[in-house]
Formats: sequence, structure tokens, C-alpha cells
Amino acid sequence: MTDPDTRPTKQIRFYQAGSFAVGNRLLSPDERTVQARTERSNTLTSGHRACQGCGEALGARYALDAAMRATDGQLIATNATGCLEVFSTPYPESSWQMPWIHSLFGNAPAVATGVAAALKAKGRTDVRVVGQGGDGGTLDIGFACLSGMFERNDDVLFICYDNEAYMNTGVQRSGATPPAARTSTTKPVGEEPGNVFGQGKNAPLIAMAHEIPYVATATVAELRDLEEKVTRAMAIRGARYLHVFVPCPLGWGAASHDTIRLARLVKETGLFPVFEARDGEVTEVSKIRRRVPVEEYLVLQRRYAHLFKPKRNEAVLTRLQEMADRNIRRYGLLPEGGEAAGLPGDAGAAAGLEEVRAAVAGEAAVRPTPGPGLLRTIAGAPRGLR
Amino acid sequence: MLEQLEGSQAVARTVALCRPEVICAYPISPQTHIVEALSDIVRSGELAPCEFINVESEFAAMSVAIGASATGARAYTATASQGLLYMAEALYNASGLGLPIVMTIANRAIGAPINIWNDHSDSMSQRDSGWIQLYAETNQEAADLHVQAFRLAEEVSLPVMVCMDGFILTHAVERIDLPRAEQVDAFLPSFEPRQVLDPAEPVSIGAMVGPEAFMEVRYLAHAKQMQALDLIPQIADEFEAAFGRASGGLLRRYRSDDAETIVVALGSVLGTIEDVVDELREQGMSIGAVGLKAFRPFPLEEVRAALGHAKRVVVLEKALAVGIGGIVSANVRLALSGIQLHGSTVVAGLGGRPITAASLHGLFTRAAADELGPLEFLDLDWDSVEQELRRMRESTRSGPHAENMLRDVGTVASRSH
Repeated sequence: MTDPDTRPTKQIRFYQAGSFAVGNRLLSPDERTVQARTERSNTLTSGHRACQGCGEALGARYALDAAMRATDGQLIATNATGCLEVFSTPYPESSWQMPWIHSLFGNAPAVATGVAAALKAKGRTDVRVVGQGGDGGTLDIGFACLSGMFERNDDVLFICYDNEAYMNTGVQRSGATPPAARTSTTKPVGEEPGNVFGQGKNAPLIAMAHEIPYVATATVAELRDLEEKVTRAMAIRGARYLHVFVPCPLGWGAASHDTIRLARLVKETGLFPVFEARDGEVTEVSKIRRRVPVEEYLVLQRRYAHLFKPKRNEAVLTRLQEMADRNIRRYGLLPEGGEAAGLPGDAGAAAGLEEVRAAVAGEAAVRPTPGPGLLRTIAGAPRGLR
Repeated sequence: MLEQLEGSQAVARTVALCRPEVICAYPISPQTHIVEALSDIVRSGELAPCEFINVESEFAAMSVAIGASATGARAYTATASQGLLYMAEALYNASGLGLPIVMTIANRAIGAPINIWNDHSDSMSQRDSGWIQLYAETNQEAADLHVQAFRLAEEVSLPVMVCMDGFILTHAVERIDLPRAEQVDAFLPSFEPRQVLDPAEPVSIGAMVGPEAFMEVRYLAHAKQMQALDLIPQIADEFEAAFGRASGGLLRRYRSDDAETIVVALGSVLGTIEDVVDELREQGMSIGAVGLKAFRPFPLEEVRAALGHAKRVVVLEKALAVGIGGIVSANVRLALSGIQLHGSTVVAGLGGRPITAASLHGLFTRAAADELGPLEFLDLDWDSVEQELRRMRESTRSGPHAENMLRDVGTVASRSH
């Protein structure tokens, strides 16, 4: 028998309780994810040819299964040319357990409009439409069709799986490629290695400028959030846009097992704000749980290796950190009262920050030593990291 | 019922009788009156159910039609000129996927130099896009061909372009016998798609096809156009039986069966050609005309049968294959493979240059005297061309051709129309 007095004074806390981090085991059945349900549709089923650790395959599976559940299986998808199209349909094998059409690289939103129009004419408004494509098919070559679909408020949810370059053709720069990133057309050669510091092409903000009823961003690190957003989107009629951040191990020179970690870090740095907007206004922001310097995110990817070797490029690292800081200010990404105050379900609220880091990561994250430039940036950060 | 109607109105009202379920529209002259009229017809509820989508480009117009057709809806759009080129990628996609979309082409030149007037450069540039191409001679035929086009498209599961001369037909007011709704309904059954996006029976459409099957899939497109060669005259016959007038078919012979000189052409210019043929016949010339109604599929055997006995064939083309000359004539020559005769290609009417009876009279007279070369340009202003060629020889920076030549001509804004 254990003497009550010898019991550990520190209560063991299941930090996941009350959060969704553990997946489903501690949740009541009705709160479980779509993916955890035995009746999930497996819309993008196994056997496809995506690379190990492909963020796009993961994002598409969760998004479409959630959309299928939300529409009771009454769903049609259109798909732009790209990795998702190629790896899913090496005919006679197809991974799509739903009606699916691929037409061209730049017209997936317009094809989706056509499908929706046909369904409306036929009185089948119970059947819904999802268009999907990568960042090239959405932000570059398909942009006019996307904007037209938004402007007309056609009843289509368009999902962009953003892996920040033309991966299917061999990692060329797209309008979504971030500054300084190496691609096969922005190689680390010359005076300014990697992609230029342009003005960016912020698709979610441009979507919001169309004042469509629903715009959201998500990452494959927070799959429950992704499912929720798809479910919410499918409850709305009209043009909707979901921009999902999907790491690409091949194109980014990252380890396959780091896909989720990178998707988490990109949000925790502030580089990719995760939010929801209705009718052109931001209504929800996913707060940063544990703010990290951008370096932690960059150092895991060979596309940024030239920023660290042969010598650190402080100027570029500073600019990238400033981009993250600007997002944090602009979207209010830090929780009220600083990060330790905690959000509902935030691990940081219950345990020491270092403990949480170990627990959440479980992966002894590579911690680059912040250089002087980065420290300057952190010192200038609004709060939380001081 | 007989009515005085603008060609565009006649086409719009006939298309509406075909009950398209999705119409997508993007403005470009001289096609705009057609979709404007259809917009009214849809908005007034006269045509229902039908979704009329104002798209942001011709590329989107064809893409919306692709999505709609693949979902089992009868889909229609119209375009011309630059618009047709802008949708080129989607044209190949629609035909490659075997989607029976019907589209009106209000034939117009392609720039540069920008030009809104009629010739056949646009549709000829897409002759190998896998679409069936039908050419109308009159507004009555243009209207009638749309009824036949939907039937043909859906039977062979291929898209069809109905080509009508921009302005010359689209904007001309003529007497038209519009079909009645019940006649069209009886002639045109409801659309039963060969493939459809349907949650009850999910299919994947548009998969990548590699070397193992690509040739065969492409051959099937050809095989279906060969089926259309049989279907086009069949449907035209049925149309004649149902509506009481001849329209369409593969080709039309005009006083050509015993003719030594035969002129081949497409579209509205056939009317002028036939008038000139009548005049020359009266003067004792052995001349006739053959009008091509279907250019894709190309009726090789019928053209051979119609032209094989002639001493000389003049192909009058409203398009120019730069660097060689004729497009239609290359096809006609293939039909006449192994047959010895004198052949000439005459490029005429580019960018709306009027093709007058007087010019044709002179041309055919020269043809009958075997005075035509293999490639002729009707009513070309050789002085203007020579002057520009001289400028190019004299100066390395001779400037832009179009602007130089307009300055030479001295016309402020065109007087063609």
C-alpha cells in the first residue's frame, strides 16, 4: 500500500487533455476527427504515388474527407494539373473515390464553376463542388479563373495546397515562393542567392478583397483545424477559399518526417498566419502557442542552406524575421498577455515552457544559435519573447 | 415562321430552342450580339433551366463549358478571332475529353495588326484542335446548323464549331425561317452523356495517359470524326425531312458536275461566287462551284468525287498559311491525290477586304485561260507592298509595317464597313 504521504506532490498532467493534440483518444466520440471515424470516405485513398511525407497528399485527404462528410458524399472535385493530379491518377489506377475531373493547369476554378452551373441547372444543388490545385495552378496560371469564380460568387470551395513552388515540374519558382528560397530557377548563385524579395502575392488576402463569404488558411500540422475549416466552408453557399500550407520534402530539401514539424513551425514563427475570414474580414486567428525565431524553421530546409553556409547571411535572416514579425503584428498572432498566458488547451498554460517544448516536439528540435541580427529582432519584438 | 432577323438574333434564338443548360459568354466582336440576345432570353425566363455565366475570358468560357458538359449539361458558348486563340488550350482539352460542346465562331481576322473584320484565320487556326467544323453560307444555314450541331456533337461525343462569317452574316438582316420549339424538340433528343461526374457513380476523368495508350486515344478522336462523316449527311437529310429545307451536309455542288473549272470555297462568299458562275455560264464558260460545309472532318472522298473530273480547280481562301499559302487547298489537293489537274490557291478577303463580283469575274476568267499561278492574292495592293519592301531595303529601322502602310494609304479609320 502506498502511504498517502509519499505520493508525488506534483500531479502528473496529461497536457493533451482538453486539447486536440492527442488526436482522439481523450475526446468523446462526437468530437472526434473525420479522419478517426470508421465511416470516413477515404476520398483520396491509399496507393497513390505521392512522395513520402508529402504535405499535399495529407492535406487533400483530410480536406476532401471532411468535405465528403459535410456533404454526405454528394461532392464533385475539379483538379488543376500538378503533383496532386499526377500522383493520384496513374491510370488505370485512380485514388479518387469520388467524381473527379482534371482539365488543365490554369482552369480548375472555371471548370468547378461549370460543374456548379450544371448542377444548378439540373436542380442538384445538394451536390457540391470543390476545386483544388497547387500554388502554381492557383496563384499563377489559374489566377484569372480563380478571381472570376470569386467575383461571381460561384458556389465552389477552392482549395490551394501551397508548397511554395512548381514541384511537379522540378521545383521552379512560383508566385508563392518565399524570398531567399532556393528553387531550380532561383538558385543560390550570384549576388543575391535564392528567390528575390518581391512584394509577394498573398492569395488569402486577395481572396478576401473579393469579399467572398469565407476565406481561411490552415496547415497540415493542425489537421483538426483543417477539417473544421472545410466543414465550416461547406456549410456556406458561394465562393469560398481555403489556403493550406503543405510542406514538400522533395522540393524543400527537408526530411520526410519533418513535414508536420515544418508546418507547425511556419505558423509558430509567424511566417504563415493561420486565420479565418468572413465577408472580407478576419474573424478568427490561431494564436502562436510557442513563438520561435524563423531560423528554427529555415534551418531544417536545404532550400535555405545558403543562408547559413558557408557563412550566415544576417541581412537576409533579419529580413525574413521581420516578415514574420510583421505578420504577428498585423494579424495579432500572439495570445493576449503573452504566450505563457495560454489559450484554451494550450500546453504552455499548464507546464513549464521547456517541458512543453520537449513534449510537443518530442523530437529535440534543431536549435540554431541565434545570431546577433536575430537577437536584435527578438529584442524588438512586441512581447512574449523578451 | 418567316421573320426579318439579324443573323446573330437568328442564331441566338435557335440556340435557345436547343435548350442549352449552361451558356458562358465573354464579349468579342462580331460574336457579341449572339450572347447578348441569349442573355436576354435566359434572364426573361424564356429559356429555363439555364445558367448564363459571364466569365472573365474565353479561356474561362471554354473551361466553364468543359465543367458543365462533364456534369451532363448541354453547354454552349460563342467567340471569334483572338478569343478563339485565347481558348486554344481548352479547345484541345474539350475535344480530347470528348465533350459535346457547341460553339459559334463569328469568323474574324487575327492580329497583329488588330482587325475586327471577317476572314477565316481564326477557325482555320484551330482546324486540328479535334473539333468538328461546320461552315454556314447563309444566316438560315447558320441557324439551322446549330440544331444539327447539338445532335451531331452528342451522337459522336465531340465538340462542334459552327462557323459563320463575322459581320457579313452575324450583322446582316435577312429573311429567316426560325424553327418551332416542338420541331426542335422532336429533332434533338435530350443529352445523354457518355461520361458524367455523378456522386452516385464516381468516375475519374482526365487522367494522364502515357505512350502505352495515347496513340489509341488520339486515334479514337479521329475514328469519331470519321463516324461524323457519315452522320453529317444523315443528320442533314433528317433535318430536311423534318424542317422542309436543305441545310448543312458535307459539301454543296453548284453547276459543277460538268464544269471544267471549279471554284472551291467556304462560307458566305459562296453566294457571290455562285452569282459570278451564273454570269460566266451565260457567257458560255464551263464553270461551277463546290461549297465545303464540313471542313473537319474533311470529306476527302466527296471532294474527290466532286472535283475529280475538272480541268482546273481554284480554291478561294479567306485565310493565309504564311510561308506556304493555302490551308483549304492543301486539304483539297490531298483529296485529288493522283489526279492531274491545274490547281490554284487564291487568298482573298483577309481582314474584311471586300470580295466583289467584279474581282471574281476577272479572276475566274483568268483561271479559265490558265493564267493563274499556283498562289494568287485577290486585289492585293502591290504598290503599297512594294513601297514598304523598298523602305526595308533602304533603312534598317524602317518602322512598323502596319503604321507605315496605313500612312501610305492615307485612310483615317477604315472605310470597309
